[in-house]
Amino acid sequence: MAVKVQIPAPLRPFTGSHSTVEVDGRDVGEVLENLVAAHPQLRPQLFQPDGHIRSFVNVYLNDEDIRYTGRGQTPVQPTDTLTIVPSVAGGSAARCCC
Amino acid sequence: MATTLASPLSNEEILRYSRHLLIPEFGMEGQRKLKAARVLTIGAGGLGSPVGLYLAAAGVGTIGIVDFDVVDFTNLQRQVIHSTADVGRPKLDSARDTLHGINPEVEIIGYETRLTSENALEILRGYDLVVDGTDNFPTRYLVNDACVLSGIPNVYASIFRFEGQASVLALRDGPCYRCWYPEPPPPGLVPSCAEGGVLGVLPGLMGLIQATEAIKLITGIGEPLKNRVLLFDALGMRFRELKLRKNPECPVCGANPTIRELIDYQEFCGIRGEEAPAPAATAGEIEILEIGARALAEELRGAAPPLVLDVREPHEVAIASIPGAVLIPLGELEKRLHELDRAADIVAQCRSGVRSMKAARLLRAAGFTRLRNLKGGILAWSDEVDPAVPKY
Repeated sequence: MAVKVQIPAPLRPFTGSHSTVEVDGRDVGEVLENLVAAHPQLRPQLFQPDGHIRSFVNVYLNDEDIRYTGRGQTPVQPTDTLTIVPSVAGGSAARCCC
Repeated sequence: MATTLASPLSNEEILRYSRHLLIPEFGMEGQRKLKAARVLTIGAGGLGSPVGLYLAAAGVGTIGIVDFDVVDFTNLQRQVIHSTADVGRPKLDSARDTLHGINPEVEIIGYETRLTSENALEILRGYDLVVDGTDNFPTRYLVNDACVLSGIPNVYASIFRFEGQASVLALRDGPCYRCWYPEPPPPGLVPSCAEGGVLGVLPGLMGLIQATEAIKLITGIGEPLKNRVLLFDALGMRFRELKLRKNPECPVCGANPTIRELIDYQEFCGIRGEEAPAPAATAGEIEILEIGARALAEELRGAAPPLVLDVREPHEVAIASIPGAVLIPLGELEKRLHELDRAADIVAQCRSGVRSMKAARLLRAAGFTRLRNLKGGILAWSDEVDPAVPKY
């Protein structure tokens, strides 16, 4: 069963520029695992080495933060949208560091 | 919020604000509350510009601005509080002149300093709300914590290229930024240089969402953008709303806070500063040699010129490049190593020398031996070798 995963702009370089990808899975954990299996460069962006989701990355199932719905065990339906929302620093984006 | 003893309005003010006064929900009471209000904006940049312009025009009585920067040409594409003639002036002076031009009734209080753990609580004292227009994580967490500790709401927005997010944080019963993002990303996880771009209108849009929320909070009308975050995608022209919850275990606003005073935010964010230089070689690593732009130009004219490896992104190469350079963006380098001769004399080059240092280290780890880094990147090339090469 595939759900839609929305990829934010900062992470699109790791998904071949796609803003939305379809990923199979029965729950959020499976979807994310299949997502990083298909796009291996995303793994270090989303997961800590111990496999936990990084604390500056929020994952929403529709409009709910998965931290409050059962995290990786949250079941998904084919009509659901999973959205990855990493923290963004920019305010004026004036500073380019290199 | 400024609810009691709201300031009276003069006849001139009544005329100036008549289009507010004609809104039944707003009226004289709303306008008097604006006049009595004190709003602190952190930064007079992309977000701070529209926030300042519209809050001044709307008649917010006191606007504090924290900024220590100087206007430069790259600001003008979006920081509309400054004009071309202001390039080189302190942003505070430029912002003050512009805001007084729009509305001389408004009192502008400038703080020409970086907001720090030492001065933040003192600066925030006496303000009704804070509008966060910062562009870096240490200041964002500092503003958040200072707002929570001071009990001052934080009208937040953040932008990236074509996308923005906004929320009202640190209300007494609402979540704070740490509830949402307990920790910042480690520096360098996402390549930072290629991130520099932003569509100029985007901070305008997001800043006006902040200004709108500020006016609503001050006047007490409408539903604040609390317990939710608004995501904006300019390319799709879509707004989305996500739920934002107060984390009962939040270290600063939770039931049992562990952060009761401001901390060292540079350390918390794991960095030495916003424009951190390339990290020094770690133990056991041999430092990569650097070459200056003039010396490189000479070698390129010589009998055995080195290969210049440009590791910037194609859209940057379209702006300017060093003649003859080979382009492999840093993000693709690892899988394109076979395109390079391991015995070649290579000088890695980027915009200012940070990404190319990473590239040179990556090549060294892959077995390349004749490696150098162009110190100061194409910016130094423009300064020292060919002024016709534009800077960006």
